[in-house]
Amino acid sequence: MAKAKTAPKAAPAATAAAKKTAARKAAAPKTAAQKAAGQKAAGQKTAGDEELVFTRPDSLVDRATHYCPGCHHGIAHRMVAELLDEMDLAGRTVAASSIGCSVFLYNYIKADTVESPHGRAPAVATGIKRARPDKFVFTYQGDGDLASIGMAEIMHAANRGERITVVFVNNTVYGMTGGQMAPTTLIGQKTTTCPGGRCKDNEGSPIRMAEIISQLGGTAFCARGSLDSVKNIRQAKKYMRQAFEAQTKGLGFGFVELLSGCPTNWRLSPVAANKRITDEMIPYFPLGVYKELEGDGTCGSLIAPGTASGGAGEGK
Amino acid sequence: MAGKNERIFVKGNEAIAMGAMDAGCRCFFGYPITPQNDIPEFMSKAMPASGGEFVQAESEVAAANMLLGAGACGVRAMTSSSSPGMSLKQEAISYMAGSDIPAVIVNMNRGGPGLGDIGPSQGDYYQSTRGGGHGDYRLLVLAPSSAQEAYDMTHQAFDLAFAYRSPVLILGDAIIGQMKEPIVRCAPTLADPAEGKEWRLEGTAAGLKAKQKPRAHRIIKSLFLMDGELAGQNMKLQAKYNHWKNLVEFETFEVKDAELVVVAFGSIGRIAKNAVRQLRKQGKKVGLFRPKTLYPFPEKALAKLAKEGKRFLTIEHNLGQMVDDVRLAVRRDADSDLFCVYPGNMPSPDDFVAPILRALGRK
Repeated sequence: MAKAKTAPKAAPAATAAAKKTAARKAAAPKTAAQKAAGQKAAGQKTAGDEELVFTRPDSLVDRATHYCPGCHHGIAHRMVAELLDEMDLAGRTVAASSIGCSVFLYNYIKADTVESPHGRAPAVATGIKRARPDKFVFTYQGDGDLASIGMAEIMHAANRGERITVVFVNNTVYGMTGGQMAPTTLIGQKTTTCPGGRCKDNEGSPIRMAEIISQLGGTAFCARGSLDSVKNIRQAKKYMRQAFEAQTKGLGFGFVELLSGCPTNWRLSPVAANKRITDEMIPYFPLGVYKELEGDGTCGSLIAPGTASGGAGEGK
Repeated sequence: MAGKNERIFVKGNEAIAMGAMDAGCRCFFGYPITPQNDIPEFMSKAMPASGGEFVQAESEVAAANMLLGAGACGVRAMTSSSSPGMSLKQEAISYMAGSDIPAVIVNMNRGGPGLGDIGPSQGDYYQSTRGGGHGDYRLLVLAPSSAQEAYDMTHQAFDLAFAYRSPVLILGDAIIGQMKEPIVRCAPTLADPAEGKEWRLEGTAAGLKAKQKPRAHRIIKSLFLMDGELAGQNMKLQAKYNHWKNLVEFETFEVKDAELVVVAFGSIGRIAKNAVRQLRKQGKKVGLFRPKTLYPFPEKALAKLAKEGKRFLTIEHNLGQMVDDVRLAVRRDADSDLFCVYPGNMPSPDDFVAPILRALGRK
């Protein structure tokens, strides 16, 4: 069964079958990563005496993807779904989706979801969490949504230490609208609204969100991972788990940034897009944990590891 | 707190906050702006004391979106603001209307446009009754003319919001908000814990036993891309608004034998009532018609008065907005004169006497 699902070599265009093929192809990188991550279905015997070594998590919907070939949203969606299952959160989760390609999050993840206006997901999630503190609440936002129009909402939700988790997918462009310049677009990068390449003097510098969020008092966990390689995907999932735990342990605001590819709007092949993340994005957006607090979640008990005495939620 | 049927002396703003508390409001999301600050200030104490949540948001934009999130969970929640802040809330209000999310929103109308002033105005009538944000939608709009009505209408607004899964707007002004008057509170009630359980977001395993299979996940959204989907949603909304026509409320005063009916709402309706009272003492055949629901607008009742041969004068604290609705309502048999109080001026009953007499004398 698993073997039958591996990506066929030929991918004819413009048919439903082709779309499915593309979806599987796009999902190919995660296969290896998740094998190692240990799926619960792995090792099951199927009727034909074949061993099922890889399947989708329960919280992921079985459907054709609308994402482009080589897009990393599929991987990020899957990571979220895996963690909802592994941490047994799915049944009590309420999500706030955003505007952009990821508006369709609810078509893929089996969690109660409300659609938020552009950039407002952290405010919507604040409303959800305050109304129902017993629920697990997350937002899933792109870089145009979170780092441009939603800058006020993300900053203040983090600063208040809302017990929510934010998954931030950074691919340096507005994808859904056709590849316009985003706040994270790299210097020199060409987009449809900076056709000559982003110029620092005219459009400013790309915004580094993980660094900014880590400076805010209510942030309990903040990290930046990347989806360009199997190794980085595995590391990113660990970060995402910690960002989820910041909420489930009541520590505060959890934030994970994921450097992602957008081959369509970068005008690159999926493989070249991955290489661009490695060669151009990671040097500007360094990977790693930017803030990590430990404590019992009560006011003033949070300390950053390595500090001798407890400050009230301030990292180093 | 006052005992049963005990009169307490409060500002209209406080009456609104009390109405929300007594209706079982559990979350309040606010942002400072004059002349409504008494509402968030009251709520910042009352909400935590009753086990609810108070958040001072980073902006009106955020406050309204927090309201959207709480409403999607089926929790009774409210936000309040005044005109410039209401412009910012329209984004979330449009989304709430489009995705059938119940919520209560208060606008203590101040002078505009722009920063305007902090005095009373009815300049947001169009914005309130035509939806306010983008897209084709309406809000239920209730317009109090006293602190007691402000209390009662806010209380009622929560029930209406949940009965119709829609945002409900209370449209007051600086006069209603800042004036102190006696009110009587009713016994506080808690929201029914089962309220909205058919649609609210609470996780796919909510209410299930450990081994039960989770239900399908719920999606609350206003994006409808498939062919015919959005038209279907708009038809559903239209049916909802048609149903609201049964909710029309208005006050009439001395209209029975009146030749001229003054149409005015909110605080201006109350001031006009005093002018009508003065003129009745002089034997002038004038009456008052005060819409309490601005949307739905009491068009049938006005049409009936027009058919009886009465003439109309609309008095508003703006440059003439509600007069459009009055004229539409009476168009088969009559027209309406208009007297405007420009925002920035504070009218008294005496100011209305001459315009009413002028309209009465005009055949």
